[in-house]
Amino acid sequence: MTNSLQAATAETGAKEPIVVVDGVTKRFPGVVANDDVSLSIYPGEVQALLGENGAGKSTLIAMLSGMLQPDAGGMRVRGEATAISSPRRALELGIGTVYQHPTLVPTLTVLENLMLGAPWHQRMNRAATRRRLAEISQMLGISLPEDATLGDLSLGQQQQVEIVKALWRGEQVLILDEATAMLTPKGVEDLGQVIGRLRDAGIAILFITHKLNEAVRFGDRVTVLKLGRKVGELTPDQLAALGEDQAITQIVDLMFGTASSEGADELAGRDKSRLVEGPVILSVDGLAAAAGPGEPTVTGVAFQVRAGEVFGIAGVDGNGQKQLAEALAGQRRIAAGSLSLKGEPISGLSVVQRQRAGLRYVTDDRLGEGTVGNFQVGLNLLLKRIGDEPFWRNGTIRRREVERHARTLIDRHDVRTPGPQTPIGRLSGGNIQKALLARELDNAPIAVIYNKPTYGLDANNIQFARRAIREQADQGVATVLISTDLDEILELSDRIGVMLQGRMVGIVDNDRDAQRRVGELMIGVGAAA
Amino acid sequence: MTADAGTNDPTPTSAGLSGQGTGMPEWLVRIVLALVPILLALIVGAAILLLLGRDPISFYVNIVRRGLISWIGLQETITRCAPLILLGASLIVAFRAGLWNLGIDGQFLLAAVITAALSAWMIQSAPAWIVLPVGMIAGFLVGAVWSLIPALLKAYQGVNEIVTTLMMSFLGVSLANVLIKIPFNDPNTTVPQTMTLVTDDRLPRLFGTTINIGVVIAVVVILVVHWVMTRTAFGLRLQTVGANPKAALHAGLSVPLLTVVTFGLSAGLAGLAGSVEILGVWGNVRADWNPGYGLAIIPLVFLARFNGIAVIGFTFFFAMLSIGGETASRRADLPNYFVLVLVALILIFMALTEWLSHRRALARRA
Repeated sequence: MTNSLQAATAETGAKEPIVVVDGVTKRFPGVVANDDVSLSIYPGEVQALLGENGAGKSTLIAMLSGMLQPDAGGMRVRGEATAISSPRRALELGIGTVYQHPTLVPTLTVLENLMLGAPWHQRMNRAATRRRLAEISQMLGISLPEDATLGDLSLGQQQQVEIVKALWRGEQVLILDEATAMLTPKGVEDLGQVIGRLRDAGIAILFITHKLNEAVRFGDRVTVLKLGRKVGELTPDQLAALGEDQAITQIVDLMFGTASSEGADELAGRDKSRLVEGPVILSVDGLAAAAGPGEPTVTGVAFQVRAGEVFGIAGVDGNGQKQLAEALAGQRRIAAGSLSLKGEPISGLSVVQRQRAGLRYVTDDRLGEGTVGNFQVGLNLLLKRIGDEPFWRNGTIRRREVERHARTLIDRHDVRTPGPQTPIGRLSGGNIQKALLARELDNAPIAVIYNKPTYGLDANNIQFARRAIREQADQGVATVLISTDLDEILELSDRIGVMLQGRMVGIVDNDRDAQRRVGELMIGVGAAA
Repeated sequence: MTADAGTNDPTPTSAGLSGQGTGMPEWLVRIVLALVPILLALIVGAAILLLLGRDPISFYVNIVRRGLISWIGLQETITRCAPLILLGASLIVAFRAGLWNLGIDGQFLLAAVITAALSAWMIQSAPAWIVLPVGMIAGFLVGAVWSLIPALLKAYQGVNEIVTTLMMSFLGVSLANVLIKIPFNDPNTTVPQTMTLVTDDRLPRLFGTTINIGVVIAVVVILVVHWVMTRTAFGLRLQTVGANPKAALHAGLSVPLLTVVTFGLSAGLAGLAGSVEILGVWGNVRADWNPGYGLAIIPLVFLARFNGIAVIGFTFFFAMLSIGGETASRRADLPNYFVLVLVALILIFMALTEWLSHRRALARRA
């Protein structure tokens, strides 16, 4: 098998793609994860697949490695149309994958981990395994302590073992999913060298990342995914011609869209004087949030939001937006700084007290923390008010009141549900989000924090949610809109703050020039305004 | 993380295994789902009996005759229900909150020993109507205190409560033994045991039967627990923690505090079960006494889907099976443990039915 693969590659030469993804579409309930995506993977070339979280990278990898099947479109491997029907089939086709999360057994040694893939009825052959490990190590230019317990190795070395494993059977295509996520700068550098050697050995590499500088640094070819669609590709020739800075500018354009300059125009015509005159509702100063292991540390965040104002918070995902939102909502301890609502300090208040004071948080994690999937819709709509009058009296539930309340909110926000007693987990993502909005916007909100309010929704529900946000703001609600979708931020915000590595690196007015400036701030090239 | 108890099971607000599409009302579906495993277990049990050359019909008839139809047997069965129902209530509280309190045997036995010693000592200077309630309160408190270490570890350090409660259970059983043999030992007996509370001073009996009011207490307690879990804000908070701890945090519930309270209530009820058993039936604890009801009651509580009323029914069935099974096994010249074979079969078929209906629910949703 291995030899025939290598022979085939040698014959076809470097110009023919080894894997072609042809117009692949994959849908999940309420989300089109991949929409007619096509790309070609060439031997001896590193293709960087760039996109934010939710752009559809993981779905594409899952299809290439046989974990998911496309709904439409297909794959060609070495010129032959073929279905990658299972992970085993992917390996047979010579496609090895290194996943973002470790797949090795930390308590076993390096060698033992590498022997795990053998059929169960065979004796484990240490000598042969050592030989193969030496072969691949030499190709990669690394040396691994083969009898060391895996868990004792550095994350970089553990990843090298993953790479060795992915190439074990002579795989000619290597998929690296967010390979740098857990590495130290030194580890990233080592990985770069390994990738270079693999390319020189004629391996086709698909390097998935959400970091722009890595894509440019490692990729010979850069493909950009956005919201499930391929929005652009820079070929090796183009990349060479452009030079690094120009390439980055062009990719920023691709990633953060050129579509919505109308949004800015629309806003230019809006009456902003009202906003300036409105009283400051939410005031954040020098805020630092407690961070768990592996989380970005939020420090020194300061901004103010006036009544009726929409303050957008842009940024590449994972730069502390969620931690900031949780600190504001009271779910995360505030380590330093002040937070006040209508001039009253609230950083000492609990989640419930802040909720009662009118501060609301629409979480981005609808199913994980926003709702209890097997509770009925009616109870989920009261999840933050358990025990309150009139739905409970003396601690005892009054089902009629709960149902009446549910029906009111279901009508007001057009939640499509069979009834108030349906478990909320049965609803579609869009309707769960409507229910969440209904819950948070009920009962006199003063300030609302939206975290990625349209993430994963279809076009209709996106419009619905954005309209709801806009309407609330027009009624005087101070609005914080956290989103990784720059178009959305530009469409709805009055001012835009940008988060980068836990800091708010700049706040800009949403004027004609905002898109470029925010885009630059997001990737750390723009100066703070 | 929290045990899966809370996430996989249906709560009253869920429609986990609803009869949608089958035309059957949900309660009927649940009853059928609960009875099918029992029927299948009886059929397979009969096959095993046939293989062993015993008459299954007479075996089952003997169980029912001794455990249900004979007056003495029926009284024993009902009496046996009291501790089982209280332990069921204990587990409902924990499981609905998504916590695996697997230490109920230790909590039960330790509470039993301390109740026995305390009441036998108090009765020398106080009337029974004071001694009995004090004994029960003491039992509740002993159980609750014995859960404190697992509760605090779980609430503030996230230590898996399955391991800690089991370990505390071993410690509790051992400590109970030490207490019986050293400080609480009755010097007037040869077998190590606590001082005895004489029959007249124990829980009053109902209408000239041998059934004491322990079973009434148990039924009232489990109905209250059921009501609290399904109708009150407190119960809903516990269930939120059980079903989705992150959502509980998001909604501003104090998950650590609720965890500790849940453990206290659950273990307290297990302790109360021990007290009621001692104050109602035995009057003392012998060093070799450890009925180990806990592990038997866990599957029943799952079978009842954490529904307090259903637990009463299943408990009665189980009590009948174990009381009648002793006689039936002896008559059929089988070891006493044969009843456990039946129980095990019920559990296997219960898991199978659960799996099948889960698959069906998934298929219907897809």
